[in-house]
Amino acid sequence: MRFLARVEVRLRPGIADPEGATIERALPAMGFDSVASVSAGRAFRVELDATDQAAAESMAASLADRLLANPVIEESVIEVAPL
Amino acid sequence: MSATIGVVVFPGTNCEHDAVQAVESLGGNARLVFHAETSLGDLDGVILPGGFAHGDYLRPGAIARFSPVMDAVSNFAASGGPVVGICNGFQILCEAHLLPGALQKNRGLSFLCKPSTLVVSSTSSVLTSGAEVGQELSVPINHFSGSYTCDLTTLRDLEDQGRIVLRYKDNPNGSIADIAGIANESGNVVGLMPHPERAMSDLLGSADGAVLLKSLLDSASARV
Repeated sequence: MRFLARVEVRLRPGIADPEGATIERALPAMGFDSVASVSAGRAFRVELDATDQAAAESMAASLADRLLANPVIEESVIEVAPL
Repeated sequence: MSATIGVVVFPGTNCEHDAVQAVESLGGNARLVFHAETSLGDLDGVILPGGFAHGDYLRPGAIARFSPVMDAVSNFAASGGPVVGICNGFQILCEAHLLPGALQKNRGLSFLCKPSTLVVSSTSSVLTSGAEVGQELSVPINHFSGSYTCDLTTLRDLEDQGRIVLRYKDNPNGSIADIAGIANESGNVVGLMPHPERAMSDLLGSADGAVLLKSLLDSASARV
């Protein structure tokens, strides 16, 4: 079965996020005065084959932890759904 | 017989010839090692030079860590062989877990290319054994992701074990504890963001990098 894993990689709480802070400062200049905060990260779409949902989630968690994110500074949020 | 230093070339590495010339100017031998090689042969030391290995895709060093040569570099390091990662090489060593922590984008998000003043904090490493604690060195930096970070337990270990080998006098990038370079527990693996191979001649602004690379060469020579 083929699944789509959407992996969002973001900085761990407490890790400085100069990119998010810069975007956050830029938005009021465009008139978006009500923006409370911005954090920057990146997203990946990974198509993978697995026997079932649990196996797909396990594989996605493993590849996110071992490559897509650097656990020293980043964490990932994963959503897996059948294609 | 003088020691031979291997200078590893990944796709996107761009400081390898500077490193070779620096080693040769100190009387050592240097040989380029392609990233696809699986053996280091009879090398006595290794430099992972600066650049943009594998385009810095994903994160600096994240893909380089999987290059075939890195298994050989890990084994060489585990056997006590001297390994120094400069700039992108430092990022690769962190991603490969040969050194703790990670290098983040600079505070202020500026690409920094300028001289920096380093203070030698520890001489218990293959890169600083010939220097003196407190010695100030002018060595250029050239990086976007050079802000060193780690958890507080790791930082305490680094400080307690004398593994912070170089600190910035004026922190340019937001590195935790002004860290410019660190070593592993044995002191034979060192990573630093500044470029000692670009500080080898007064004519080019500074010759202060020589004491660092001479230390590496001396450590490598001890293995010949």
